[in-house]
Amino acid sequence: MPGGSGSPASFLHESDTMTDTLLSVHDFSVVYDVEPPVAAVKNVSLDLRRGEILGLAGESGCGKTTLAYGVQRLLKAPAVITSGSVVFHDASGESIDVNGLDPEQMRRFRWDKVSMVFQGAMNALNPVAPIGAQLEDVFDVHRPEMSARQRRAEVKELLEIVKVGAQRIRSFPHELSGGMRQRVMIAMALALRPQLMVMDEPTTALDVLVQREILRQISQLRHEFGFSVIFITHDLPLLLEISDRIAIMRDGEIVELDTAERIWTHPKDEYTRTLLSSFPRLTGERGVVVR
Amino acid sequence: MTVLDFAHVTKIYNVRGAGQMKALDDVSFTLQSGRTIGLVGQSGSGKSTIAKILTQLERPTSGDVLLDGAPIPQRGQALRRYRQQLRMVFQDPFASLNPYHSIRYHIERPLRLDGVVPAAQTEAEVRRLLERVRLDPQTVIDRRPHELSGGQRQRVAIARALASRPKILVADEPVSMLDVSIRLGVLNLLADLQREEGLGVLYITHDLATARHFSDEIIVLNQGRIVEQGTADDVILRPQDPYTRELRAASPDPEKHFAAQSPTGGLR
Repeated sequence: MPGGSGSPASFLHESDTMTDTLLSVHDFSVVYDVEPPVAAVKNVSLDLRRGEILGLAGESGCGKTTLAYGVQRLLKAPAVITSGSVVFHDASGESIDVNGLDPEQMRRFRWDKVSMVFQGAMNALNPVAPIGAQLEDVFDVHRPEMSARQRRAEVKELLEIVKVGAQRIRSFPHELSGGMRQRVMIAMALALRPQLMVMDEPTTALDVLVQREILRQISQLRHEFGFSVIFITHDLPLLLEISDRIAIMRDGEIVELDTAERIWTHPKDEYTRTLLSSFPRLTGERGVVVR
Repeated sequence: MTVLDFAHVTKIYNVRGAGQMKALDDVSFTLQSGRTIGLVGQSGSGKSTIAKILTQLERPTSGDVLLDGAPIPQRGQALRRYRQQLRMVFQDPFASLNPYHSIRYHIERPLRLDGVVPAAQTEAEVRRLLERVRLDPQTVIDRRPHELSGGQRQRVAIARALASRPKILVADEPVSMLDVSIRLGVLNLLADLQREEGLGVLYITHDLATARHFSDEIIVLNQGRIVEQGTADDVILRPQDPYTRELRAASPDPEKHFAAQSPTGGLR
């Protein structure tokens, strides 16, 4: 059957072989400076390993998105980073203090080192421009030395990599299905071969079959290109399958951080247990919905 | 006992430049009061076309929809009375409530329009309905939708659907926009109401896990055709049709995932 390769083995967990740190977040806090101020992220420390998929889970308002945006300095006022450091350990060996970058350095850093697949990415494409042109924009800005011919070749290759197909280069977003549009967004995030991709609910709007294809693709690309992923979602069952490690957030704090398997088999924190029990199991016992 | 009969319904759309598209192909099922049918399938499988036909937003190309043996009225007072008996809960509680109006207004409207209770009792009935969906009337009745959380909003939408005392509730992905941690609460509420009011519920979703736990019976739809139909556990735990198996394999299932990973092979 077509979905046959969806066996769990396609999401190999590699956490045991990876010890190399890509991103060190230390004592990181973000406050929304409104009246009264809201502490959205409180003194969070975590190390993201090179090549790992780190799941960030928690309810709406727990700070998971603020944390993921904050470490790339993508937050706008009234959000204020009140403490902490974020250090990016570049593959070249250089360590980059993200908070210390000036605007021009920051512009270069973003997308080159860290890219994003946004929430509701299906609607993030410009409806009046062909997808090829939108992908070319990335090279236009970040690789100005490239010739038009090179750009076009890169874009075609990207569309092949994410299995949209180079022949769709002139398609407009509305001519593509939701899953295809999401693949285009992934191609865009992949364009400069970043070392970290932050994905904010990338599959929430898709149905299960398309979701599975996209997840499989993310997993394959990760193996091929070796980037790390911070994967934000409140869908814990999904996260358990694709993540190497999972951080559970509540009220701005990480209450538990462990391998996906240990989160599933030996959750330590009370809140983790609550979250785990709050979704009905596909094949588990009946009775979670009292009928 | 109310019985909704969906008998051999086919719906064909004429797509300009692309010929005809068969959205539903000879679909039949029966929904009785007090029962829940889960309708699952991927995007484009025809789930929502069924909901549209049930609410008479679309008419079938062929086939019949019967409520207690009578065909769905097509216009006027009779259609209104029919719709009073069959209500919908929509997916997006942010879009299905009017941001300009208070919660009171949302629930008063169907009560007034359908003349469910005498005008003097409207306020009391609004409060009763809010309590019914476990909301505190005192705190929410004068609020506007944006002041409530997603879960609270969906409860308001459910109270509004219940206002005209329907026999059948069509719930189109009622929890998919809600946070995972509150989905079970809303589903449990729907299950309680269904039991207490003897509602027949059509639960439309692509989430196999909640469909299994929430439904008595599950119908799997693929490209407008029913490919599998049976008790919830039979369909999900022992799927026969290849498409159902594919859907099941694609659904996140940590139990199976970690069982397959452990060196001993787990329980499978």
